[in-house]
Amino acid sequence: MTEPLLKLREVDKHFGPVQALTRVDLDVPATQVTCLCGDNGAGKSVLIKCIAGIHQPDHGQVYWDGEPVHIRTPRDASHLGIETVYQDLALADNLDIVQNMFLGRETVRRGLLDEDSMERAASETLSSLRVTTVRSIRQPVASLSGGQRQSVAVAKAVMWNSKLVIMDEPTAALGVMQTRMVLDLVKRLRDRGLAVIVISHNLNDVFEVADRIAVLHLGHMVVQGAAAEFDRQKVVEYMTTGGLGRDAGSAPIRAGGRQDGPA
Amino acid sequence: MAQPDAEVPEDLTAVKNVTLELPPEIVAQSLAEYARAWVGRVRSGESGVLPVIAAMVIITVVFQVISPNHVFLTGNNLVNLFQQSAVVIVLAMAEGFVLLLGEIDLSVGYAAGVAGVIGVQLAEPQTTNWPWWAAIGGALLFCVFVGAIQGTIISRLRVPAFVVTLGGFLILNGLMLILLLLGPFSGYPSLIGPGPNLSVMHQLMWGHFEPLESWIGMAVVIGLLALSFWLRDARRRRSGLVAPPVSITLMKISLVTVAGVGVVAICNINRALFGTLEGVPWFIPIVLGVLGAWTILLERTKFGRYIYAIGGNPEAARRAGVSLPNVRTIGFILCSLTAGIGGLLYASYLDGMSNNVNGGQLVLYAVAAAVIGGTSLFGGRGRTLHGVLGGLVIGGIANGMYLLQLQVQWVFIVTGFVLLAAVTIDALSRRGSATGGSGRV
Repeated sequence: MTEPLLKLREVDKHFGPVQALTRVDLDVPATQVTCLCGDNGAGKSVLIKCIAGIHQPDHGQVYWDGEPVHIRTPRDASHLGIETVYQDLALADNLDIVQNMFLGRETVRRGLLDEDSMERAASETLSSLRVTTVRSIRQPVASLSGGQRQSVAVAKAVMWNSKLVIMDEPTAALGVMQTRMVLDLVKRLRDRGLAVIVISHNLNDVFEVADRIAVLHLGHMVVQGAAAEFDRQKVVEYMTTGGLGRDAGSAPIRAGGRQDGPA
Repeated sequence: MAQPDAEVPEDLTAVKNVTLELPPEIVAQSLAEYARAWVGRVRSGESGVLPVIAAMVIITVVFQVISPNHVFLTGNNLVNLFQQSAVVIVLAMAEGFVLLLGEIDLSVGYAAGVAGVIGVQLAEPQTTNWPWWAAIGGALLFCVFVGAIQGTIISRLRVPAFVVTLGGFLILNGLMLILLLLGPFSGYPSLIGPGPNLSVMHQLMWGHFEPLESWIGMAVVIGLLALSFWLRDARRRRSGLVAPPVSITLMKISLVTVAGVGVVAICNINRALFGTLEGVPWFIPIVLGVLGAWTILLERTKFGRYIYAIGGNPEAARRAGVSLPNVRTIGFILCSLTAGIGGLLYASYLDGMSNNVNGGQLVLYAVAAAVIGGTSLFGGRGRTLHGVLGGLVIGGIANGMYLLQLQVQWVFIVTGFVLLAAVTIDALSRRGSATGGSGRV
């Protein structure tokens, strides 16, 4: 296996007395969808925020393309090509799609906003993701459906030569049809050669898109490996108990970093 | 229409619903489609400037019919109306900056008052005798200072703007009374006096261009505006970007032309009882200049975009790397600065300053005018133009009721009802778009 795009080794993070992450390892290869699973409080969000530059790990090392890196701010993450789509999507309802996609990175010509070039670039990105047509691109985000908003947020993330897109619970608030749309979009990102991390509770979604699955339990990375090596019941067991009751130790790659034995 | 929905053709109703919510210029290819889309949008609560235009038409018709001798629509009265509205219009444009941010500034009335007093006092030959431009500059500089302090406290310490600017309101009220008493004017520094400096400041509201100059100036401004509309829309149509149809561009151009010709024609009617008094007053280009500058700033620059973004979703703006404290502080500075311009116009209108200046009422009229014009109290929605339209409605009500010789209490009551109607429309359209957003597939 070639060097993964993003590699975390022995990452620790605690908030005061609370140990949120304990010696977490994670491999995120390019052109694959890595699904990060775990129960509430397992540390998924903290882990994501350590990658996105919102938190900094207390110990451990992050490697990007094999090089050790320190991601101190969201801006550092953007520079590397890491973009995060949070659950709340961070879109301004009163602005239109183009304005949202370029928020904070507007193109300016002679001191004034260059709407024409921004609109062209936004519409190219959207149509390359087959998200929407040019005719609706000046629509305020308030008038979009949940799935469309998610699509805009993703398009905003991939617009900037990003190599890794992290999506936090992208389908949590969506209906069946909209979920379909977002999952298709995730696959399209992978087909474009991006690495994708998807956080999800929904195992239907996970098995639909995942190339790799990683499971966190109480701040420990209990298992990670190719999606084909898992079935639904296994993932649920790892998520709820942190191990396999019936066959402990046969985890696809490793179940390291655990201090308490399998239940 | 939107691709994601198009991928599921059985869901055609959803597609249709979304179409109705779009701004008409997006979906429309022809004039007929444009009109249909616009009607749909008005129905769904996104009415834009429609209510305020309707209010202006109603006010005009009602007062024209019932005013004695149908005096409302005479040239003389309309110029009066513009003049009476000018201060509220400028203050409403000032308030627009902070309303867009989702904040409020209660101090604009007395910031205007203090700016007026400073301007008059500095130009008085018996006090400092500064040239008019230095006096105006000094007054505006003070307003920048006021805005910077209030904005810093609000944006960096996160003290609610309501309280901070209420403090500013009281402090500036006191300061205005102190400044009024300086010099040998017994609290009534006046612009009627010797010297060119006082005269220039008096002319801000009372000076006017000659009719021929008015026509030429109007032609130049409208010509440039029409040219820029046309070039912009044509360029966008050529490169396949979202653009209104040709007929809409032409309609926009004819609308500003009619408005420009109308205003100049009205102002060029002789409005003196004896002798001649005709031509466009100075304050009209001053107000339009403020309108133009702030419109470009808000709608064509990064800074303006950030104001809207913060009003719409501060967290999104923050994550996009926008410095919230800086943009908010500058917003408050621009608000106070614009209030200062309004204050200088007010001083000119009153021909001096006195402790009769009611900054409390001014700020309430300013907020009311912005909201009546279509600016949202909840942030993120509104344009500089809304302040102008709302100010004209408030000025129109006051003017019309004065013609009917109704007392000021009735002006307050009617203005209050109009404000209530405007805020209700604002809240309803906000609720409409919110429920629509979650209800749609």
